[in-house]
Amino acid sequence: MSAYPQVLTKRMLEHPSDSNTISVYEETGGYRSARMALDMTRDDLVEMVKSSGLIGRGGAGFSAGMKWSFLAPPRPSYLVVNADESEPGTFKDRQLLERDPHQMIEGMIITSVANEVHEAFIYIRGEYPKPARRVQRALAEAYEKGYLGRGIFGTDYDLDVTVHLGGGAYICGEETALINSLEGRRGEPRLKPPYFPAAKGLYMMPTIVNNVETVSNLPFIIEHGADAYKALGDEADTGTFLFSVSGHVAKPGNYELPRGITWRELIFDVAGGIRNGNGLKTWIPGGASAPWFVPSEHLDDPITREACDKAGSMLGSGAVIVMDDTTCVVRAAERVVRFFSHESCGQCTPCREGTTWEEQVLRRIEMGAGREVDADLLLDIADNISPGLAWPPKMTTICPLGPSSVSPITSITKYFKDEVMQHIHGGGCPFE
Amino acid sequence: MKVTVDGRELEVPKGKPVIDAAREAGVYIPHFCHHPRLEPVGMCRACLVELETPRGNLLTPSCTLFAADGQVVHTTTPVVKKAQEGVLEFLLINHPLDCPVCDKGGECPLQDQTVGYGPGESRFVEEKRHYEKPIAISDLVLLDRERCILCARCVRFADEVAGDPLIEFAARGNNTQIATFPDEPFSSYFSGNTVQICPVGALTAVPYRFRARPWDLRKAESTCHHCSAGESIEIDTSQNDVLRFTGVDNDATNQGWLNDKCRFGFEFIGSKDRLRVPLIKNEDGTFREAGWAEALDLTARRLKEIADASGGDVIAGLGGARGTNEDAYAFSKFMRSVIGSNHVDAQMDDGLDPKLLAAVDRKATIGDLDTATSILVWGPDLKEESGTLYLRVRQAAQKRGVKLVVVHPRRTGLDDCTEQKITYRPGQGPEVLRALAAGDGEYAAARAVLDEGPVIAIVGRTGLTEDPRLAESIAAFALTLPDAKVMPFARRSNVYGALDMGLAPGLLPGRVALDDPDQVAAFEAVFGAVPDHEGRDARGILEGLEGGELKALVMVGADPVRDVPNGALAARALDAAEFTVALDLFLTDSSSRADVVFPAETFAEKEGTTTNLEGRVQKVARIVAGPGQTQPDWSILEEIAHRMGTPMGFEDAASVGAEIARVAPAYQGVEWGDLRGDGVVVPRSGACQPLRYQPADNDVASVSAPLALHLARTLYDDGVEMRHSLSLHHLAPGARVHLHPADAATLGVEEGDEVTVETASGAASVPATFDASLARGVVYVPFNQFGTPSLGDGLEVTVRKGVDG
Repeated sequence: MSAYPQVLTKRMLEHPSDSNTISVYEETGGYRSARMALDMTRDDLVEMVKSSGLIGRGGAGFSAGMKWSFLAPPRPSYLVVNADESEPGTFKDRQLLERDPHQMIEGMIITSVANEVHEAFIYIRGEYPKPARRVQRALAEAYEKGYLGRGIFGTDYDLDVTVHLGGGAYICGEETALINSLEGRRGEPRLKPPYFPAAKGLYMMPTIVNNVETVSNLPFIIEHGADAYKALGDEADTGTFLFSVSGHVAKPGNYELPRGITWRELIFDVAGGIRNGNGLKTWIPGGASAPWFVPSEHLDDPITREACDKAGSMLGSGAVIVMDDTTCVVRAAERVVRFFSHESCGQCTPCREGTTWEEQVLRRIEMGAGREVDADLLLDIADNISPGLAWPPKMTTICPLGPSSVSPITSITKYFKDEVMQHIHGGGCPFE
Repeated sequence: MKVTVDGRELEVPKGKPVIDAAREAGVYIPHFCHHPRLEPVGMCRACLVELETPRGNLLTPSCTLFAADGQVVHTTTPVVKKAQEGVLEFLLINHPLDCPVCDKGGECPLQDQTVGYGPGESRFVEEKRHYEKPIAISDLVLLDRERCILCARCVRFADEVAGDPLIEFAARGNNTQIATFPDEPFSSYFSGNTVQICPVGALTAVPYRFRARPWDLRKAESTCHHCSAGESIEIDTSQNDVLRFTGVDNDATNQGWLNDKCRFGFEFIGSKDRLRVPLIKNEDGTFREAGWAEALDLTARRLKEIADASGGDVIAGLGGARGTNEDAYAFSKFMRSVIGSNHVDAQMDDGLDPKLLAAVDRKATIGDLDTATSILVWGPDLKEESGTLYLRVRQAAQKRGVKLVVVHPRRTGLDDCTEQKITYRPGQGPEVLRALAAGDGEYAAARAVLDEGPVIAIVGRTGLTEDPRLAESIAAFALTLPDAKVMPFARRSNVYGALDMGLAPGLLPGRVALDDPDQVAAFEAVFGAVPDHEGRDARGILEGLEGGELKALVMVGADPVRDVPNGALAARALDAAEFTVALDLFLTDSSSRADVVFPAETFAEKEGTTTNLEGRVQKVARIVAGPGQTQPDWSILEEIAHRMGTPMGFEDAASVGAEIARVAPAYQGVEWGDLRGDGVVVPRSGACQPLRYQPADNDVASVSAPLALHLARTLYDDGVEMRHSLSLHHLAPGARVHLHPADAATLGVEEGDEVTVETASGAASVPATFDASLARGVVYVPFNQFGTPSLGDGLEVTVRKGVDG
């Protein structure tokens, strides 16, 4: 099995064909934690989660317990699980939804009980029909056993869970855009302040929005305690972490690992090194929004939030996209920027117009029609979306999607300027 | 709150957007999506400013930055300037270079702010996005998606303000575009406002497209004359043609908005069919053009003959609601002092008791709607009859949490923001009122809402078959509610000004009651003698003409054949009269029956004042010259009076105004010079209003009928000015009848069938439409539509399938 401690993927590795069923789930100790949670006070639950150091696994990395404690008094309050997994390179939630949905459901029960929530939602991206079907089936199993619905587990606590499918927009992974979409409106982010979900979320009521993986950690924490969870992983980055490794590696896939190992270990040991004996050129550490790393500077850094932040990037959702030396970085950057341009919601001027312009300039450079001024123009367009090109990014925009499009541009300018200028001076892509 | 902007400390009310506070202090911050009358969205990002925070300066939109104590804001730092230039460059990269052919050029916020805050050049060399352009999104509005900068002002206005969410964004990102829903054009009554607030030329108005450049326009502020709210407008003309009306932001009345009839209903002013010279009727019933001397002499001679033979009280007057106060006062004085008659009415048997309208005690203002806790609307559908009241009541309900109780025979535009809606059958109003006042049964909830004051009650006639005395009973009930004020509603133009000038059988100018000897004596001391017989109202006048008790009629801007519910009676009356003279803009069904017709001026062609439903006196301005030989009403009447041997002494409109201020008690102290801005509500402090009318329960009897007729006006109809406003005329619903589907089933009628609708006064053959919002047993016919003959004002109606032979 795995050399590393398993919290989230233990069941699916030990029961490859039926880990999603309730019978296997309960055989392997499932739904014990939910019962325990129902016997605890809300304050104790929140305290336990806070001290476990669990941080959100959706990419923003905010303390889950602290997020819960921000919740305004229920009038009513809601829980929304964000299963919109759309960050390029991220495919971990998909596995959790398909292969261990009850773990997430139990985590939802715990979260709900801790926060006086009686109606919860799971927002699954529309492009995940199979995971959605698996989740629906698991919910039906839970309802049948009385673990959801009126008076769960024989108590007088009611809890209903509804699944909602997204319409195909990355921006609906942003929590306020998700809430808008759930309400039947256009999937556009809301202004924060005042629309912080903890105060004014779904239907303007206090709402918790948590990622699938975050919530899936809770059964372990409740059953084994905060200290046991902290013992796995790092002082600052407790517990385990799901990495989705893709790109030019020999063994792409999802890996549950503690944070603190190095990039070298992840890429060359766990993921089997670069394919075809090629050399490692660059990699994106934490999803398409993250600035890129290079072997000359970052290979031996530990994979922790702090180290990534210090190096001017982010751990994000743990999506690692590896590129070998056959990659044209201009083409790669154009592909990423095109994604953001396509997914922009369109509300605000710098993102809507700026990402399109960035895409057009990059494509022109890749096609060989780049001009001398385009390298600086690209940076200035980026600066008008994210002033100062700083990290963490400043914004002229409503949400961070626009500034995210800037990451590939600053990365290739910083580490691969020569290659960019080769396109411009050479009138074409040198990799063709 | 102390907010520092660019080093200057300002005192700002808490929560006010910093962009507005800055502007009021003379600091302009560029913006597109921000509009002072819409909720801020922070979308365009042009208004970014730097806000000092403990973690350094934060770039934040100033439209969503609400004033708090100690804020320090910078609007001109290099970071801000770069952001502004960046946003403007971004806006221009997909914006077409249409300025030479775009209506907005010259009054375009994008042009102006690019010059003021943008980069000198664009660096964009890629392909701009393209759309088919323009596309018609309604009969009145065209959309150019290439020009659109996606500021969402139109979407927000239509949804938040007008309650007509018919226009919305579709697609996302760079493909975002404005769209209407399939099969549903943007046919909102308020669509024209989106053209005015669009910061670029994406939305253009069909009646104005390609007509002028802003720098060619002569402009004057005036007051809308279509409905009784008295909206503030700006009239734009070029070469003596009226080209456009725009809304002016008057916080007391329309707050910048206009409905499309007020906005686009100006084409009649320049119509080729305007009367230009006096007309005299030939023996064979046709008209011939005549000189002023001949026409005036003939009129004076005939009126004097009839008055000398039978007394002044066989002559009556109708109209005066469509002109200025000066016109109305001249008409009132003409009838009283020159003719010697009290038979005069500005209403067309379609309004309310004139004392209730003009002089009710505890009259509400439009601004009172903002501060009410609950509002009772029992009258017409405000969306059809008063756009300004509709928008203001909607705003009160949606933004200020005011609770509405609406009582009406079918759906109204306010239903979706109404706390309690009562649907009832015309004729049963008295029962409903008693039950509501007592809070019986199903009315308990509505009654409870009205227990929370202050309460404002807008009362009127829900339709023309309803007893007008019911509205007074409702007003009487309303005034028993906590901190209540009442707004009796009539819709026509300057009817409130006309009634204030005494154009009603029981009123004298300045809110003086004819039946109160003390008030009359005081009035006569300044004005001179007035006749002492009781005056007839419009219906009485028409019946008198038909029966021969009355012999002559003076019509001033009146069309009783179309506006009086019993139009057939009006036609017979006019035909029976021995002599009729009309002052009008066009030959109408009524003026064409007159013996002499004089060509009159519209409100845009003369100076004067009008009074709205609050009693607010505002100015209208002369901005174009009338066609041909048109004259203002007061001048024509002065000429006739002169030739009858009793001149009234008027030299110009201002002198009429001065006499009003001297003679009409409620209008004392009203000087034209004081009427800039939002005018003056009469009576001013220091002036007195002799008549303070207390509404009383009229104990009106309930009437029931197997099928009850609901006869109500729509915004667009076949009225005179509508007929000559070609952009709007085809928008009227036309001849039709609405039936409840269950009633239709009983009658064996299917949707679209031709049916015959018959009352005691007339019959009409029209197509049937299903309307489930009607109370059962109610038949709704839109009033004054092309192709619908007059049905009178009786409640009882029968409907049968098929067309009469």
